[in-house]
Amino acid sequence: MSAAVLQTVGLSIRFGGVEAVRGVDFTLAERELRCLIGPNGAGKSTLFKLLTGQLKPTAGRILFQGHDITGHHTHAIARRGIGIKTQVPSLFDGLTVREHLWLSARRTNAAERTRVVADEILERIGLTSLASEAVGRLSHGLRQWVELGTVLAGNPELILLDEPAAGMTHDEVARTAELVREINRTHALIVVEHDMQFVRMIARTVTVMHQGAVLVEDTMDQIMKNATVRDVYLGTRASRERPC
Amino acid sequence: MSRRWPPGIVLTVVAMLMIAVGVPQLVDEFGLLQLTVFGAMCILALSLGFVWGYGGILCFGQSAFFGLGAYAYAVAAINAGESTLAAVLAVVVPAVFAALLGYFMFYGRLSDVYLGVITLSVTLIFFNLMNSTAGDTYRIGKARLNGFNGMPSLPTLNVPGLPGRLLDPTETFYLVMAVLVIVYVGLHVLLASHFGRVVVAIRENEARCELLGYDVRLYKLLVFTIGGGIAGLAGCLFADWGAFVSPNVFSLTMTSQIIIWVIVGGLGTLVGPIIGCLIMQYLATTLGTQQLANTNLIFGIIFLAFVLLVPRGIVPSLLRLGAGAVGGARVRNSA
Repeated sequence: MSAAVLQTVGLSIRFGGVEAVRGVDFTLAERELRCLIGPNGAGKSTLFKLLTGQLKPTAGRILFQGHDITGHHTHAIARRGIGIKTQVPSLFDGLTVREHLWLSARRTNAAERTRVVADEILERIGLTSLASEAVGRLSHGLRQWVELGTVLAGNPELILLDEPAAGMTHDEVARTAELVREINRTHALIVVEHDMQFVRMIARTVTVMHQGAVLVEDTMDQIMKNATVRDVYLGTRASRERPC
Repeated sequence: MSRRWPPGIVLTVVAMLMIAVGVPQLVDEFGLLQLTVFGAMCILALSLGFVWGYGGILCFGQSAFFGLGAYAYAVAAINAGESTLAAVLAVVVPAVFAALLGYFMFYGRLSDVYLGVITLSVTLIFFNLMNSTAGDTYRIGKARLNGFNGMPSLPTLNVPGLPGRLLDPTETFYLVMAVLVIVYVGLHVLLASHFGRVVVAIRENEARCELLGYDVRLYKLLVFTIGGGIAGLAGCLFADWGAFVSPNVFSLTMTSQIIIWVIVGGLGTLVGPIIGCLIMQYLATTLGTQQLANTNLIFGIIFLAFVLLVPRGIVPSLLRLGAGAVGGARVRNSA
């Protein structure tokens, strides 16, 4: 295994009496694609907020490319190279699709190059025809792609995707999975997703969280066979709507 | 830069230049003086239109910087006996003060409501402070502050470097109009730059900007500082216009007026605050001379009517109507 791009040591956060993330030790190798699953309230999104500095941990450390980034400001962490697509797309509703990509790419590129990058990303996410559309007018699925493209335009080392396939049609989900695999050729990714079809399309290694802690970490096949995982997560949910 | 100027901006500049060139031929000296102070107030309106309408910073105390600019000009001009340094200080002093105040507000992560409360309190503190400076003990160099009576007989603006060459009323009018055009165009150039586009993005979604690696605090601080400097410049022109400054520049009436101009004209445009300022200034002058009704009462009614019925303000509403007629909706940031 190559050097770790991201490592957390005993990462915890407590809100009053609730420990939303409990002593998470997590390591992500360079160019690794990791899926993070777990029932609602398992602490996946909270973990993402800790990694991006939106929340400060009450204990533990976060190392990114060997640098301790614990407690750093959100913008400083983003500058180091962590990009995130949030659970509910966080966008500039009054601005156009192209402006989003421009703003993201322009921070590290000259004006000329920024235009090229924006065009490339538009092509990649398939939104060239909607480039001048105000983002507030787009459907949820399209907004997901705009946010994904915006993150990509900044070319971060590590990309966090919080439910990238939510609200998408079957075809869109397949297209997103393809996009994620393509991104993974050059970037490390952590993907939180509830849609098991989607996870199966992209996953190699899966980390399961439960009640703020890491329950198990294994290949997708092993995870599907794991009885504990079935109990806390797949068991109830899969038997109800997605038999596996 | 090969970016083409939107027609709205070109139209506004042409209109301003026509007024600048045409008005001195058409009106008498009294009318010219009136329009000169309108112009200075338009610059003040622009400063809040930029800070609030584009930066999304709810500043209820823009008059603090306006007043600081006016007082900085007054004190420096009296001491120096000419206006070159005084005019520079009238921009620098409020800008530095805005930077200091902004540092504590933005780096302290205060929310919008607190920004409003603090900026309003600050201007009222200045109001009370300057009101309590009556008597001979309160002087800066040769300049007596004179408390609530204000500082009369301020030196008139002169050509930079030539203390004896004072500007006559027509030249002062040209100067005010030139400054207005420069500030208007300058702000649009700034808004079209990388900096300006980030500022607008911050107004739209602060968290996303941080996640993209932009230090929101720094951007807001710079916007606030630039706005403070522009308000100070307006204060300088105002003090020069009347050759007088009193604590009323910091008063609640003054600061609420600026907010009303921006609300009436429209947030999120630069021409809106100018138009709002002109309409309200004209109303204030007319109502003031006719004594038909209390000006403040009428202003209050207009303010309420706009907040309730035309919350976008005149210019954005008209743009919207125009865009609706053409069938497009891309009217943002076009004027």
